[in-house]
Amino acid sequence: MTHIAVLVEHTSGDVRQSTLEALTLARSLGDPVGIWIGEEPSSDACHELGRYGASEVRHVPAPDQSTYTAELMAQAVIAAMGEASVLLAISTFATKEVLAYVAHRTGAGIVVDAASAAWDEGKIVTTQTVFSATWNVRTAIQTPLAIVAVRPNTTQAQASPEPAGAALVPVECEFTQPHTTVLSRTSVKQQGIPLAEAPIVVSGGRGTEGDFSLVEQLAQVLGGAVGATRDATDEGWIAHEHMVGQTGTTVTPALYVACGLSGAVHHRGGMQASGTIVAINTDPDAPIFEIADFGVVGDLREVIPATIAHLQGR
Amino acid sequence: MHVVVCVKFVPDLQSQRSFTNERVTRVADDGSMNELDENAVEAALTMVEAHGGEVTALTVGGTDAVAAVRKAMQLGAHHAVHVSDDAIAGSDVRGTARVLAAAVTTLQQERHVDVVVTGMTALDGMTSLLPTMLAAELEWPALTLASDVELESERATIVRHLPDVHEEITAPLPAVISVTDALNTPRYPNFQMIMAARKVEVTTWSLADIGVDSARVGRDAAGTRVLEAQIRPPQENREIIHDTGDGGQRLAEFLKTRGFA
Ligand SMILES: Cc1cc2nc3c(=O)[nH]c(=O)nc-3n(C[C@H](O)[C@H](O)[C@H](O)COP(=O)(O)OP(=O)(O)OC[C@H]3O[C@@H](n4cnc5c(N)ncnc54)[C@H](O)[C@@H]3O)c2cc1C
Repeated sequence: MTHIAVLVEHTSGDVRQSTLEALTLARSLGDPVGIWIGEEPSSDACHELGRYGASEVRHVPAPDQSTYTAELMAQAVIAAMGEASVLLAISTFATKEVLAYVAHRTGAGIVVDAASAAWDEGKIVTTQTVFSATWNVRTAIQTPLAIVAVRPNTTQAQASPEPAGAALVPVECEFTQPHTTVLSRTSVKQQGIPLAEAPIVVSGGRGTEGDFSLVEQLAQVLGGAVGATRDATDEGWIAHEHMVGQTGTTVTPALYVACGLSGAVHHRGGMQASGTIVAINTDPDAPIFEIADFGVVGDLREVIPATIAHLQGR
Repeated sequence: MHVVVCVKFVPDLQSQRSFTNERVTRVADDGSMNELDENAVEAALTMVEAHGGEVTALTVGGTDAVAAVRKAMQLGAHHAVHVSDDAIAGSDVRGTARVLAAAVTTLQQERHVDVVVTGMTALDGMTSLLPTMLAAELEWPALTLASDVELESERATIVRHLPDVHEEITAPLPAVISVTDALNTPRYPNFQMIMAARKVEVTTWSLADIGVDSARVGRDAAGTRVLEAQIRPPQENREIIHDTGDGGQRLAEFLKTRGFA
């Protein structure tokens, strides 16, 4: 069966949820093999990848910190990819750069931010949205190797009925001298679930008037992550990492709750492809209502506490 | 120094537009320079203001794409190049990168290029792939998503804030630098600048002028092909209620019915 290489995202040695989604999608396309760049994966991590169908985990030791850049990551991916006919990864800013180098080196056709991928008459066909998620597009990849980056939350992760072996295969990679040098790298501690991967996102905007506590409480009750508009992060009401939109994080959760935000085109571009959209806004003409499945015209300071009370059965 | 800023013409997101088979049908007054490229133009201008030199705005696209370099000139770019050729139609990101790289190389022959600046993403496709591809094509360093840029003795150092990591990265020039909207606040063109920009001639190049084999770009060379594009249907069964005291309860019920709580 044809090999589908899946670039594994991992944090502190743990496989990220989004990779399990990618493996689930990969199983529908062929035989998934994982590509693990970094320190050697633990047997638990391999076992987890096997449960989701990876027959192999190809491990490439990472270059040192100062040269750990997209360019060298791409070399590692190419070394590990072997004869795979599809390279699947999760769409993030960092991964897209890696894939751009891989596509350039291999001449492969590339689609990023995809919602799905399937074989159709011998070609990989993807779906994605463009123009701030106002258009749906289907694209066929023409090359023998297809590179696809999928958005988190677009496939529901499901363990394989028959777990695969997930045999650890060491891969050697001769890294070239990179063009860039990393002078410093600081991890940003994200509280709770990473925004891009969260199945539920509750966001606040200028309408919170600086108090994000109600938005945070609703996120907690629903088990979601907290998002924000640029106005809210610019005001310093909440950290920049929470910004959703064109220049922030793109999210496609199953549920997006927009509280006190107008729904500017820059913001919508980063959330409009969400499954279900709920909006709370005092202005019945706010553009966010145009894309909402359910909207409450009202003051978030009244609507959110009442919602929480009813969700908690009080 | 000589800074080249790549700008893209994008359709106006707020207005009607349509796809024909593979590309967007764009009407001249129905679009403009990609908004985030304003930050790239601003960055290029700031660089030459600090270090001396000139800015060349570069775009690839059909006849209407000239509006993008015109906008860059209104903002202060000194020269403008528009690469236009029927054979470019249907190019994927790799084809576009190839054309831009050849144009930069052609500019190099006249005058050394120190930096190529781009925006972080274009509002239409939002793939963010182009800056990296362009750097790969030129075999130059890629310094992407910069929210801070320092140029010093033939070297560029940037700061970038990704969702889970903050990095400081350096590379020798020449380099491709993509900038975010956090880097600067774009200037507004005044009347004088708008009038002055009218007088500047835009250099138009075909593929032959920049030595690109037309078989290597365009639809037939593209690694991807758009099969179908459809405007997303408007949200159906929207339910908008006015809170008259029971808004929270009804929202909670909605969330429960949908299985979210
Ligand atoms: C190049 C560029 C890139 C950008 N990128 C992004 C991006 O990535 N993400 C982003 O979010 N923005 C981005 N922006 C900014 C964007 O254009 C909007 O300015 C911003 O999203 C608006 O934020 P907001 O909705 O919080 O504020 P506003 O537009 O001021 O909306 C506030 C809303 O709150 C409502 N409200 C007020 N009080 C209450 C209350 N008590 N209860 C309920 N509702 C209330 C109001 O009716 C209003 O609709 C970008 C802008 C530019 C120029």
